[in-house]
Amino acid sequence: MSAALEGIAERAVAMACGLGATDAECTLAEGSEFSVNVRLGEVESLKDAGSSGAGIRVLLGKRAGSSYTSDLSEEGIRRMVAQAMEIAEIATEDPHAGLPDRGELGRFEGDLKLFFDDVAALATEDKIARAKETEKAAMAYDPRIVNSEGASFNSYTGVRVFANSFGFLGSYASSSCSLSVTPVARDGGSMERDYWYTSARSSTSLEDPEYVGQQAARRALRRLNPRKVGTQKIPVIFESRVARGLLDHLFDAASGSAVYRKATFLADKLGEPIASPRLTVIDDATMPGLFGSSPFDDEGVPSRRTVVLERGVLKSFLHNTYTARRLGMRTTGNGSRGLTGNAGVGHGNFYLEPGERSADEIIRGVSKGLYVTELIGFGVNVVTGDYSRGASGHWIENGELGWPVSEITIASTLQEMLMNIEAVGSDLEFRGSLASPTLLVREMTISGRS
Amino acid sequence: MLFSESFFARKFGITEHDLEGYIGEALSAGGDYADLYFEYMITSSIGIDESIVKSATQGVSAGVGIRVIAGERTGYAYTCDLSPDKIRKAAHTSARIASGPSQVDKVGLEEAVHRNLYPVLTSPADVSLAERVKLLRRADDAARAADPRIFMVQASYGDTLRHVLIATSDGRLSVDVQPMVRLNVSTLARKNGGPPHSGYAGGGGRIGLEFFEEKTPESFAREAVRQAIVQLDAVEAPAGETTVVLGPGWPGILLHEAVGHGLEADFNRKGVSAFAERLGQQVASPLCTVVDDGTIRSRRGSLNVDDEGHETRQNVLIENGVLRGYLQDKLSSRLMGSQPTGNGRRESYQHFPMPRMTNTFMLAGESAPEEIVRTVKKGLYCANFGGGQVDITNGNFVFSASESYLIEDGRITRPVRGATLIGNGPEALKYVSMVGNDLKLDEGIGVCGKEGQSVPVGVGIPTVKIDRMTVGGTAQ
Repeated sequence: MSAALEGIAERAVAMACGLGATDAECTLAEGSEFSVNVRLGEVESLKDAGSSGAGIRVLLGKRAGSSYTSDLSEEGIRRMVAQAMEIAEIATEDPHAGLPDRGELGRFEGDLKLFFDDVAALATEDKIARAKETEKAAMAYDPRIVNSEGASFNSYTGVRVFANSFGFLGSYASSSCSLSVTPVARDGGSMERDYWYTSARSSTSLEDPEYVGQQAARRALRRLNPRKVGTQKIPVIFESRVARGLLDHLFDAASGSAVYRKATFLADKLGEPIASPRLTVIDDATMPGLFGSSPFDDEGVPSRRTVVLERGVLKSFLHNTYTARRLGMRTTGNGSRGLTGNAGVGHGNFYLEPGERSADEIIRGVSKGLYVTELIGFGVNVVTGDYSRGASGHWIENGELGWPVSEITIASTLQEMLMNIEAVGSDLEFRGSLASPTLLVREMTISGRS
Repeated sequence: MLFSESFFARKFGITEHDLEGYIGEALSAGGDYADLYFEYMITSSIGIDESIVKSATQGVSAGVGIRVIAGERTGYAYTCDLSPDKIRKAAHTSARIASGPSQVDKVGLEEAVHRNLYPVLTSPADVSLAERVKLLRRADDAARAADPRIFMVQASYGDTLRHVLIATSDGRLSVDVQPMVRLNVSTLARKNGGPPHSGYAGGGGRIGLEFFEEKTPESFAREAVRQAIVQLDAVEAPAGETTVVLGPGWPGILLHEAVGHGLEADFNRKGVSAFAERLGQQVASPLCTVVDDGTIRSRRGSLNVDDEGHETRQNVLIENGVLRGYLQDKLSSRLMGSQPTGNGRRESYQHFPMPRMTNTFMLAGESAPEEIVRTVKKGLYCANFGGGQVDITNGNFVFSASESYLIEDGRITRPVRGATLIGNGPEALKYVSMVGNDLKLDEGIGVCGKEGQSVPVGVGIPTVKIDRMTVGGTAQ
């Protein structure tokens, strides 16, 4: 199927150049999704569908215009190209606009293991069975698991094609599947839910349904009958699942598009220590089988490994062609977009290198503190670094996890949190394109009871 | 608008007979109910950054989603190819959720003609993109001129026109054309080389470009500037429980998070909401009456007809503090033996509908806003918020104040930095002790996310005093 799509992409680029575009780049994507949701042992919903789309960005000198369509017919593509040309007329000259330099184009040549054909081949009955087993394992785990929001099996296969007027033409197929469950636990008046999931490029690499179900049940159960603690400053441990969120904020702050606008607290900090020397953060889109991997970015620049933070020192921002030019730097192969428009900045596998101590050892080293297992809300500002989010988790007393805590917030600034990381766990695990081990922050403000 | 004049009939030559055929195919394996949702969406967006029009995009996405309900089971398929064989194939795929002989002889569609809640005087489509760029230029110029401490301005404009056609096996046939415009401005300010602070403002609705005659681009620019400048002198936000006064308008996001999501019928039907089984109970102070109203002219959250073909309406959720009703869609109302409330919504033809909010707000009370502030010895006044989130099962919700001030001895004093507020849905509104007479709806920027689907919504609230709420600042 990708040969046909590659043909469309090349024709669209040629069409644009024929209409007078100085340069053009075209993205095509085609994919099929399947999802089944099972609740209380019965199939609740089943979705099975496919779609495709195309987008083009043209340049008239230093002016850019973009358009997209879901109609891949000759006529649909022609209309899309003509529209992008019209739009470029109204854009302003932007001295930094343009395709990547020719020499930057290319693809990572290793086998990234992004596509496995077992995903598309898996029988619907098999997917339903896995979801049912997962939910059953959760429900059977404890009598206090009384309800469920359901278990689901999702899968996706697709292909992405990119072509530009420098002659770049590339495509790659990818697959993914996931299994998840959200059980509900109840004890008296207390009702809590939690979830667990597993995801992989191949269905053979998924965690066992029984493990996923039990893990979700354990997590829901341990949240029952929470208390609200008093307002105070104490050490906070981020469980690896929530520590990923901090990596997300760090990525936002290190993104070239925020840097050139000075919309990040890291804007002037290149080469300076901005975090504890325990922190080394890598962006790597060349790790086989992972969700942040791809042979080239969305501008046709080869994927690579970039050290963002080395023992606490800010070594590199992440750039696409535009943000790099704007700052007199070079692209790091982090161009990212949907089907069209100017590229933004995205990450590959963005992760924090693991430390020596296990999560348990880190907990044992805290005499009084908070172990956070869930964060909600959007109270993070990467311009100022202000950080304030809703949290729940467990109270730590004398190195032991104790009663559950909820309806509190934790607050600090990202600057202080990064500097105050006192321990990095050994438990790095990739469940998506962001990954972090367990982290201990020396002190944060907890807001709770007066 | 009539089906025969609709976009789908004219452009794609779809007939009522075709629609009945697709529904018949969808029910061929014995489903109880089926619906078709055709969508054709035209989008334009323009961005200005550093006074340069860096990006402008237009595009079209079209497709049809086909749903079949068999008992509690839902089958769904969609296609972006509107040719008859592809639609029939999708119908066949969704049909497989059921297993049995077809129970429907013939679907007789009856066309419903709806009111028009979103009349448009100047459609963006009739105005050149260059004219729309001028709106952004005006915003950019105004923001830069407003204050020398502003060093970065970004503004974006977007419009969409969504044609929909809904046909159901219980005979409803509805067409709608849903416009939307939106403009926002963000700014960064700095004082004497100090750290930057951001400001943001924007607005829009289901209306044409005439929206910007009253709500000018300059007014949004000045508001975005004001918010950034206020932050330059902000002190640390307090930490712990305190009295909170919410200003009118956008702070209505409290209602969206604290009660709105928890009252969506799917969560209650499944018994996983903190509000399940609480109809008729006191869940808020008697001063609180909260409604969800999809019928307000030109508002961002309004719809003539929801995405399942039911007319929207005003639904009372909480009346004088007592829980009165849930937000229903087709599936949940069928299973709960209730009526649809016009809240079945979806992000696009690729998604199945769920109960969702439209415009959610609290009715005005009797207190003068300044009187409310005067009664607070020590507390926090919140004028603006960023996003929020809720765990519907335990009821805990958060929303993040982006512009707030200390209240000291009945007066609004110093601005404080951003902080998250946290509370518990069925409890928080019990502490409402005063409700202002100044109900205001937001400017039209809300986006609500649920299970991976985003839809536009509105919120509103008068000035409200909440005697106890936890504020997540850093100052003790």
